[in-house]
Amino acid sequence: MRRVVITGMGIYSCIGKNLEEVLHSLQNGLSGISIDPSREEMGFRSRLAGLVEEPDLKSVLNRKQRNTLSEEAKYAVVATEEALKTAGLDLSYFEENEAGVIYGNDSSAKAVIDAVDTIREKKDTTLVGSGSIFQSMNSTVTMNLATIYKLRGINYTVSAACASGSHAIGMGYQLIKAGMQEMIIVGGAQEVNPLAFGSFDGLGVFSTREDDPKASCRPFDRDRDGLVASGGAATLIIESYESAMARGATILAELVGYGFSSNGEHISNPNMDGQVRSIRMALKGAGLKAEEIDYVNAHATSTPVGDKFEAMALREVFGSKTPISSTKSMTGHECWMAGASEIVYCLLMMQHSFIAPNINFENPDEVSADLNIIATSKEVELSHIVSNSFGFGGTNSTLIIKKV
Amino acid sequence: MTKDIVIDKINEFLVEEFEVDQSVIKPNASLQDTLELDSLDYVDLVVVIENNFGFKVTGDDFKSITTYQDFYDLIFEKVSAK
Repeated sequence: MRRVVITGMGIYSCIGKNLEEVLHSLQNGLSGISIDPSREEMGFRSRLAGLVEEPDLKSVLNRKQRNTLSEEAKYAVVATEEALKTAGLDLSYFEENEAGVIYGNDSSAKAVIDAVDTIREKKDTTLVGSGSIFQSMNSTVTMNLATIYKLRGINYTVSAACASGSHAIGMGYQLIKAGMQEMIIVGGAQEVNPLAFGSFDGLGVFSTREDDPKASCRPFDRDRDGLVASGGAATLIIESYESAMARGATILAELVGYGFSSNGEHISNPNMDGQVRSIRMALKGAGLKAEEIDYVNAHATSTPVGDKFEAMALREVFGSKTPISSTKSMTGHECWMAGASEIVYCLLMMQHSFIAPNINFENPDEVSADLNIIATSKEVELSHIVSNSFGFGGTNSTLIIKKV
Repeated sequence: MTKDIVIDKINEFLVEEFEVDQSVIKPNASLQDTLELDSLDYVDLVVVIENNFGFKVTGDDFKSITTYQDFYDLIFEKVSAK
């Protein structure tokens, strides 16, 4: 089995449009949550959102390339451009070397709804335009990235709810580890428009603390009242250690563990057992003991039930000493993107030797009181980091990165 | 609508939609070559015609189109028949 390393990263999120801006937000505990007034007209329970601007890609892509991009694929292009730059890669590399793409994405609601609206209004399918189908499918990100960057290796999308981005990285890790691919562009993307979140809001799981948006997302805090949906995209370049060495790439970290499990129970309620199995599988694969983990980036989204079960799982595996924070306290829940963006956040923490805070953690509840939740930015060397991602349907994913 | 107005309108939306320089648009130039049209682009051409003139051009209509002049003639004929 081969070693798998991370050599590039890029991010486009509500706490920053690039690595530099995101690092600043993470170090200073800055929230990206605000109010989206349009959600009130649509009957949302909550107008809170982690909004991102739709990027103008005219200077980056030609008309044909832009025509097939969904909202989330646009974000993915921005994140991927940055990731390729940090990895020292350009199009000429992919002309000469096979590379793949695996991205996490689990909806393209706006593109689908816009097309259906046009068909209903015009009674004519042609009039939705040629780009619609390529914007509407869950694989919109991978099909666009693969054609833009002329990728000739593995090419597919992972749809696994809020663990999509994490599983995408895990699958890429497995393929490189097994010797089937040398390099893969991996990541996760999430549309932010209200059409994507209406039915989620309808479940009553979004925070309604609108009087103070920056304090609305408060994972593990006693007074948390729900998650805040956000989005964007995150891209990582992962490759075999041999590939990185051969091209003289800077190694950001090594991917050493991927664990997964399915709860096999309720469609939306988590359970502790599935999460524990996922974390332990990742630790076992990495050959690490729980006490060797310097920091856990929790999945915790700020829902009363979800955070409670993760707190129980973390206490079960790590005890009460391992530092833990949920960067969702600042970013909100980046859903399909979260598993990938949170690896970017962890890499930034590892590079700059700090733990980003779990902001708004003011009072623990009866379970989180037993955990070492880091509420303010803390300087510390980080050698091994665990990142959790859990999703609807009981899908769980855990990744472990190691400083090289 | 006069033919000159139709031609101006067509040229305007082709420059906008297909992001080409006005200078490539000449009556005897090839529509497909200058706009680099592939099968997907023809779908978008149908959409942009519908948006601008309110009628739908079919795949069969495009079979007789080679130059911009052919295109202008086809659209003007359909506009006049409305």
